[in-house]
Amino acid sequence: MSLSAEREATTSEAAAEISGRWSSLAKELLATRRVVIGLAIILGLIAMAWIGPMLSPWGFDERDFTAFRSPPTADHWFGTGNTGRDVFHMTMVGLQKSILIGLCAALFTTVIAALVGAFAGYYLGFTDRALMWVTDLFLVLPQFLILAILYPVLRDQGWLVFVLLLACLMWMVTAKMVRGMTISLKEREYVLAARYMGVSHGRIILRHILPNMSSLLIVDATINVSSAIILETALSYFGFGIQPPDVTLGSLIAEGSRQALAFPWTFWFCTGLLIVLVLAVNLVGDGLRDALDPHSKSRT
Amino acid sequence: MSATSGTAAAEQEQTGAARGPDGVEPPVLEVRDLEVSFPGGRGNAGVTAVRGVSYEVRRGEILGIVGESGSGKSVSSLAAIGLLPDYAQVKGSIRLHGEELLGLDDRTMARKRGHAISMVFQDPLSGLTPVYTVGDQVAEAVRVHNPQISRAAAHKRAVELLTLVGIPDAERRQRSFPHEFSGGMRQRVMIAIAIANDPDVIICDEPTTALDVTIQAQILEVLKAAQRETGAAIVMITHDLGVVAGLVDRVQVMYAGRLVETGTVDDVYYRTRMPYTMGLLGSVPRLDQDEKSPLIPIKGNPPSLTDMPPGCPFAPRCPIAVEACDAGEPPLEQVGGEGHRAACIRAGEIESNSWTAHDVYPVSEIAHDPVSQVPREDRGTVLRVEGLAKHHPLMRGALFKRRVGTVYAVDGLSFDIREGETLGLVGESGCGKSSTLMEILSLDKPQQGTVEVLGKESGRLSNRERFDVRRDVQVVFQDPMSSLDPRMRVFEIIAEPLRTHGYAKDRIRSRVLELMELVGLDGSAVTRSPAEFSGGQRQRIGIARALALEPKLLVLDEPVSALDVSIQAGVINLLEELKARLGLSYLFVAHDLSVVRHIADRVAVMYLGKIVEIGDVQSIYRRPTHPYTKALLSAIPLPDPEKERRREHIVLQGDLPNPADPPSGCRFRTRCQKFAVLSEDDRSACREREPELRHRVEGAADQAAACHYADTEGSR
Repeated sequence: MSLSAEREATTSEAAAEISGRWSSLAKELLATRRVVIGLAIILGLIAMAWIGPMLSPWGFDERDFTAFRSPPTADHWFGTGNTGRDVFHMTMVGLQKSILIGLCAALFTTVIAALVGAFAGYYLGFTDRALMWVTDLFLVLPQFLILAILYPVLRDQGWLVFVLLLACLMWMVTAKMVRGMTISLKEREYVLAARYMGVSHGRIILRHILPNMSSLLIVDATINVSSAIILETALSYFGFGIQPPDVTLGSLIAEGSRQALAFPWTFWFCTGLLIVLVLAVNLVGDGLRDALDPHSKSRT
Repeated sequence: MSATSGTAAAEQEQTGAARGPDGVEPPVLEVRDLEVSFPGGRGNAGVTAVRGVSYEVRRGEILGIVGESGSGKSVSSLAAIGLLPDYAQVKGSIRLHGEELLGLDDRTMARKRGHAISMVFQDPLSGLTPVYTVGDQVAEAVRVHNPQISRAAAHKRAVELLTLVGIPDAERRQRSFPHEFSGGMRQRVMIAIAIANDPDVIICDEPTTALDVTIQAQILEVLKAAQRETGAAIVMITHDLGVVAGLVDRVQVMYAGRLVETGTVDDVYYRTRMPYTMGLLGSVPRLDQDEKSPLIPIKGNPPSLTDMPPGCPFAPRCPIAVEACDAGEPPLEQVGGEGHRAACIRAGEIESNSWTAHDVYPVSEIAHDPVSQVPREDRGTVLRVEGLAKHHPLMRGALFKRRVGTVYAVDGLSFDIREGETLGLVGESGCGKSSTLMEILSLDKPQQGTVEVLGKESGRLSNRERFDVRRDVQVVFQDPMSSLDPRMRVFEIIAEPLRTHGYAKDRIRSRVLELMELVGLDGSAVTRSPAEFSGGQRQRIGIARALALEPKLLVLDEPVSALDVSIQAGVINLLEELKARLGLSYLFVAHDLSVVRHIADRVAVMYLGKIVEIGDVQSIYRRPTHPYTKALLSAIPLPDPEKERRREHIVLQGDLPNPADPPSGCRFRTRCQKFAVLSEDDRSACREREPELRHRVEGAADQAAACHYADTEGSR
């Protein structure tokens, strides 16, 4: 790129629009095919999860005593389960829960990790010691012990509390990574420049430090979507979290995997939807990372 | 490529001419029509980094290859030693003792590398393996090519080599690991490895760029010694026209992957025929020029190698380009003296009119600063620093930290800056320049001493006052890559200080565009991200950001040291112009004394956290009184071969002492050239008493040095 090329660009155009950071980011995102596909799939899944049960002729608790473990038919689109419940309806309800839990838990996890790590790494000293002490505590305490103690209290608080609980179990390692990156980023000259022009510490963290590790955070968040869904299954298995007869994709997979070979429809539909969900999140994450990365632009 | 045939023809002509007089000896290394291209992929265009370069070196000869970054100088030498990645496409011919090297497989090449042809790289930090001792690494270089040599003999040879390159107490030091060596020492080890097997050709790729001037002088001496010892031919690649002037026999100037001027040093420096070379020479600030004349910047940037203009690649930036320049690339043709060739269609014209850089390049007058007419005493003080100290404790232990020592980063610094004045703070790396800046900019209470910015004392301010003072003190950093947040657009970068200080939204927009204009950038570029700009442009953005709040004092931390000379000149001119237009004061930190001479009104020379000499530019540069100032000035190579050959360099011994354990008395005495010749009685003063900064010379009111035996008369 040369100076002369710059001069050629008309000045009037520049005066007309100096678009903000977010609007131009959104524009760029929507121009990327991967992101559009990913978003379309996620929206499609959401629509499917909430509209699907309404379309299904069967109710959630309804049992079809004429068809136990029936393969997919015109009547039961995804077949039926061990007790004659409609797999399609169950999968859709499970998908609802899993989308909520997966996306929210991943978001919360990454936000907690980013904030704790960045504040600890930026301020160092006492803040760092206190925050890292808490982080280490969460790492070493047996999670199931905490859950067992907390569960009676949290039992009836609804899914949001459960999501927060999930997030609390997953943020520690990322927080440590973020702290390390913050320590190196805070020595960068642009951070110093911001400090010397009087920008407050909190703003520096939010505007300079966190955006500059967005690749890490986005990758972390996309991975967390699937691990949150899996972790939720594990917790449910031990009796915490979502309990039968309520279902999630995780509990459906856990149940279906035992008979995946004999009655594949009880396993493959829910697993397939989980894969599609995670893939779609990954596509969006990928595109977001590229859109935020200043170096990838010059390449295209 | 249209140019290749022309180059080839000219090449034969030169070979004939050069072999004529001393005909007998064939060149050791001969490069013909070298062309290196990197194929593109994944949507990237392919890059032709070197386009028809030819050169040759004979035994004992030193050839300089000069060019800015991206001109292909490193790639051409990497091709010669066979270290280019596999996907690079290399065409042409490279002959070592008449044997073709191109096309040899890696195994055969490996036998030649380090044996017949060796290389010294730029970065001494990454050149050595951290997990082996330096002795082992030198011995390894010996044994690789002579497997029959015993381990003990190789180590003996390693010690010899280390002694040769000037490592004191080599017997003991060879057992050290690379991290225990300073940058200069590591570069010496690299040279020892390069000469371990008596190579015929040594290629030095910017061997001194990463080093301080005093260390650079040492390394250049070592290189000369190494050459005397081995009789090898040296190819010296550099961007520094000063380094080349005193060292080499012939120079080749590269631009956009081609040679644009070649010849003997004197021809190229004194009878320049190519406008690019003229620009390069004119854009270097000179240590040996008294009066301030604006530097000659070459406008624009080097062309992108993926998208070359059809004609002369320099034509878009050339002030005397005519239409014919765009017709085709000019071949390298004989001009004037023997072996002096230039690739410019107007070379003949330049010769017959004997144009110099000042005739060719339009010179802008620098507006005179009205403030500078007012005597210094009558101007207000912008910054006053008194007795400033910054000590870092050295801690040991994991659980119970105990203090095992103190690093005296800054130790009792006093100076002041008046309105409209530029103070240059110079010194080698590690002398505490940057610590001083950070201490001033933090506006916190210093550990010792006081910092007063515009009459307000740091550490005694309320948060609100401190925030207001920040408006008046802004900073420009050294590295234009890391000083701008890569995730932000230029608009946001420049708007950030404005937003922070609560400007209205529409006011911000007009101010940002105004600032872009002020630093010579186009307003339409504000929506781009910094990665899309070149180094010089980025530095301009950094300056625009610093100027956004209309500060009174601008702190410049080595603002031009990361830029190419031709770009550097533009930024320096911009800084001078801004200073005159906006009435700024600068605190200019630099290690490059010629830049400081050009821009500063007063200079403070730092050594190990203390100022050893301070005064106005004229006095300090004309008549330095402190031995360290003298050595620093002497170590800087001049881009003037004649003067450079006549000059006698003071080469300081050793490295900067450990700042945690500074020498008693005068801190400079361990390296002082004066201390070395003092009598034992006189020396005791240096050892026991710390010299204070005071006026040493009659008549020079504004010059003070901290030396018991400062030179009070005589010039350098």
